[in-house]
Amino acid sequence: MSGRGPGDGPAPARDPGLQPERTRLAWRRTTLTCTVVAVLAGRGALRSDPAAVGGAAAAVTAAVWLCFLAVAHRRMRSTAPPRPAALSHRAALAATGCVLGLALAGCLMAVIG
Amino acid sequence: MSDFLQGLRLWFAPRRISEEGDTPDYRFSLANERTFLAWLRTALALVGGGFAVDQFLPDLRWGVRVGLALALIGAGVLCAVRAVNHWVRCERAMRRGEDLPVSRFPVLLALAVGVVSLTMAAVVAWEGAG
Repeated sequence: MSGRGPGDGPAPARDPGLQPERTRLAWRRTTLTCTVVAVLAGRGALRSDPAAVGGAAAAVTAAVWLCFLAVAHRRMRSTAPPRPAALSHRAALAATGCVLGLALAGCLMAVIG
Repeated sequence: MSDFLQGLRLWFAPRRISEEGDTPDYRFSLANERTFLAWLRTALALVGGGFAVDQFLPDLRWGVRVGLALALIGAGVLCAVRAVNHWVRCERAMRRGEDLPVSRFPVLLALAVGVVSLTMAAVVAWEGAG
């Protein structure tokens, strides 16, 4: 009877399934993907023919990328405790909004630029 | 579609969701979050594909190039919107202890990606030969 069952004693200091860490890594992967797409968007913006379209697309891209970085950073910090709270609606909507912003910049450049 | 509209209302009413049912095990919420992020990456990949078509296939005719780019970016937009919608609905189902929502979306997306890929292959072969 010396074995330690799942319900015994105080809560362990970390999640045995590393769920928070996996979630943080998922945010990191998503940030990397967002960075790649933002770089592609920036490349397209530099080559856009009417410079105004390129400028607008570059501004949207930069704002969106910074916004995504901020959202991901905040969420990665908030998953630090062993039993983190669920993702907030605000963060989910902001991350989705960033993807939509990149898509908007892409439509602008594809059609006009 | 009514499911979608219902979900849409929930996006902006987090308090109404958190009043329902019980807070699920944090591990389920985190798994739901990772699924949401995986769909978001899919959306980003589709948008990135649209950028790639627009930038790296300059020899295509304007209409074909822009059409393909917009189709890919549009699929990315759909995917992102659906990601957040599905996340909200799963969160609510877990709070209420219901079954998780089922969805036709993955099949539709797979078919759309297949059609775009075939179109792409045909277009590249056609323009390369011509």
